[in-house]
Amino acid sequence: MKKILAALALTTALTFPGIAMARPVTLTATLENYGGDGAYLAIYVTDAKGAYAGTLWMAGGKSRYYEHLSDWYRATGGSRAEINGITGASVGAGRTLEITLDLADALFDAGYTIHVDAAVEDMRDSPNDVSVPLTAAGAGKTVRGRRYVASFGYAM
Amino acid sequence: MIRALHRWPGLAALALVGLLALSGAALSVFPAAERLAALRSGDAISVAELATRIKAVHPGVEQIRRGPSGRITAYWFDNGTPGSAVIDPATGAGVAAADPDPVERWLTNLHRSLFLGDTGRLVSAAGAAAMLALSLSGIVLVARRTGGWKRWFSPLRGPVPGRIHVELARVAVAGLVLSSATALWMTASTFGLLPDQSAGPALPAATSETTGAPFAAMPLLVATPVASLRELSFPYPDDKTDVFTLKTDTGTGYIDQGTGETLAWSDLGPWQRASETVYMLHTGQGAALLGLVLGLMALAVPVMGAAGAVVWLTGRRGRPRIRGNVHPSRAETVILVGSEGGSTWGFAATLHGALTRAGQRVHIAPMSAFDPARTPAARRYLALAATYGDGDAPSSAKGFLDRLAALPAAPAAPLAVLGFGDRSFPAFCAYAAAVAAAAGAKRWPRLLPLDTVDRQSPQEFARWGRALGAALGIDLELDHRPVRPATTSLTLVSRRDHGHEVQAPTAILRFALPRMSPWARLFGRRFARFEAGDLIGVVPVGSTVPRFYSLASGSSDGFLEIVVRKHPGGLCSGALMALEPGETVAAFLRRNGAFHAGADRTPLILVGAGTGIGPLAGFIRANSARRPIHLFFGMRHRDSDFLYREELEAWTADGRLAKLSTASSRGERPRYVQDALVSERAQVIGAIRDGARVMVCGGREMAAGVAGTMARLLEPHGLSPAMLKAQGRYVEDVY
Repeated sequence: MKKILAALALTTALTFPGIAMARPVTLTATLENYGGDGAYLAIYVTDAKGAYAGTLWMAGGKSRYYEHLSDWYRATGGSRAEINGITGASVGAGRTLEITLDLADALFDAGYTIHVDAAVEDMRDSPNDVSVPLTAAGAGKTVRGRRYVASFGYAM
Repeated sequence: MIRALHRWPGLAALALVGLLALSGAALSVFPAAERLAALRSGDAISVAELATRIKAVHPGVEQIRRGPSGRITAYWFDNGTPGSAVIDPATGAGVAAADPDPVERWLTNLHRSLFLGDTGRLVSAAGAAAMLALSLSGIVLVARRTGGWKRWFSPLRGPVPGRIHVELARVAVAGLVLSSATALWMTASTFGLLPDQSAGPALPAATSETTGAPFAAMPLLVATPVASLRELSFPYPDDKTDVFTLKTDTGTGYIDQGTGETLAWSDLGPWQRASETVYMLHTGQGAALLGLVLGLMALAVPVMGAAGAVVWLTGRRGRPRIRGNVHPSRAETVILVGSEGGSTWGFAATLHGALTRAGQRVHIAPMSAFDPARTPAARRYLALAATYGDGDAPSSAKGFLDRLAALPAAPAAPLAVLGFGDRSFPAFCAYAAAVAAAAGAKRWPRLLPLDTVDRQSPQEFARWGRALGAALGIDLELDHRPVRPATTSLTLVSRRDHGHEVQAPTAILRFALPRMSPWARLFGRRFARFEAGDLIGVVPVGSTVPRFYSLASGSSDGFLEIVVRKHPGGLCSGALMALEPGETVAAFLRRNGAFHAGADRTPLILVGAGTGIGPLAGFIRANSARRPIHLFFGMRHRDSDFLYREELEAWTADGRLAKLSTASSRGERPRYVQDALVSERAQVIGAIRDGARVMVCGGREMAAGVAGTMARLLEPHGLSPAMLKAQGRYVEDVY
């Protein structure tokens, strides 16, 4: 189990100045035993119109493979600025990724959606493996991903 | 310098490079297997046709990929569950599971990262860098050893481990350079150090936001044959703004799912093309046969590594360990050593120790590594040089005179030359004299006049040391005790006596092979491996200086045989001649690679007189390949000292010996072996002109006589023994 505490840079679109308006949120993603190498995961948020709002976490350090996280890559152009300081190692099959970060209150119940794009070497790319609305009521519940993610959830 | 560049990375990276090579060789099989299994019947159809066929079987198809082997894989999402399969392009249906082979994945991770993530990738890259350095320095060393680029594949001589190393290297090096250089490129690419990331074209700002165009209405898919397909990704169901993404071997494009028109296209850049080519060359993905060849070449690496380590260990044993050898750049005294068997190294080590104790900074190196540019602080040079054969350079001094001649000017620091040799030979210290003469001609200042040490005399060496001390203004006492090589006890099995009637008592002595430890066998130590022509050193009781005898047998014969003639007052020959079966003698082996017959099919002309028949008889006994051999043998009287008479008759009968010509110096018609050469001159000259090799063994006078006769015979044909010697086709073993 990986446990990472990340404080998003204040300049990103997802946080507001002042800690009082943000709360710590723990994201948990457990992967299937899909029988391949470690998976790259991009965890990001889109707004009510479906437009890209910002990245929460990038699991996987080699930028040359980011194009396989195809939704995220299309939205960001693979820009390193989007993931500066919020990048970690790829996640092995059957393993769990757990990150805690401060998320702005205004993001909840405002039509924002969390997405997870996944990719594994020599296996099928899986953009939008997970897509779950960001709501206060949804906290603590888990959803099943399409291909590589066995369960994903966020808790406050 | 180049040798050090080859040796140290080689030893340091031995295990790592071996592991990478073996895993790489194992991996090379997979692309070939995949290529054989791939169904390529669909290469000629269009991507539109292929997509139509697959969509008919799997309506939820999301992606179609074509591997470099031609294997087509489809991924789909039907009724909420993901699926994938290898596809038969003729039907669009799945024929096999598409999951990656777990063995291949395991090997790949071992090969590229040793299961250690990025750290492991860097270690593997270091292994590849070591392999590249080894290959490039090895290329220079092979060219140097074979005598130039044009002679790259010329036959090799010398001990077996070195031959194995070079034989494999000169074939495999091309593949190893390719594999290691491409490995470094791929690592650089993985770590983002190369501008080869595929950006793809910018996404179109707007799409038709309609769906449902048939593949046949997409001109890009219709125009693209399956053979150039890399990947076709389908738009997400329920997302009207999404597009088809097509990747081919030339670029990437987007297709509108409603209108079928091409929305954007971008070609691969030169860096991406280069990276793809490098990937193909390294993995064999898309070049399966090349991959197999590279894999085979990689298999040579562990063998070369082991053989190279043996070469290094063997070389180390030849010289004493020098403690506190100062780096050349700081040395004020430079000792240059020209040694054949290693005893001169022993003297040099004593000198090094004494000078170091006297407070000097001393660097010791073989003469063959002479390079004054590396010793800028040198205030004096001391050359200790033995002599090989008739005045040739000993092995650790090869190339010294050429290096000296190539310098624009001799060093300003003065030189002292000390020769080592045996006064009973006419060419006593001839090489040391040649060095001193060359130094004089180059106006190299002289520290001391040329001096000599006869038969490893500690007294003469100490005397030279005092003269050196006086010249340096220090008290220098050189107390050298020669290290006796480790001897093995040999038991006499049988003896055959000849020559009493002609006042030349001679015996063929046969000893049993001593028992040896597995370690000695593995590394060829002691008497584990030897050939006819090698020497055994026998140290008589009461002496420190060994006497050498040529071996008349090889280790495969299962015994050690020498031919000994009793010399009046000879300490060693007397003791050997008195030996009875069952008694033992202490001896050690010394390799004599210059006087080996070699394993090739070159015809041989062997010339020997008296005990000189020994190694020549050994060559004939070992000639199971029946290469043409003509033996000229000189003796005193046929009835008394016709050594190996029965064997020579048997070998002639079974074809090991093509022709025997003898000469007896006593009797009705006295003849020397030279006279036999003259009688057979037509045959001798013809054979030499056809490439035969001449090997002469015996006393010094006989050898000189033979060389003179050969010179007269060959002169009308524009040849001479000296020319043949330079080509390694006229070798002598004289005593």
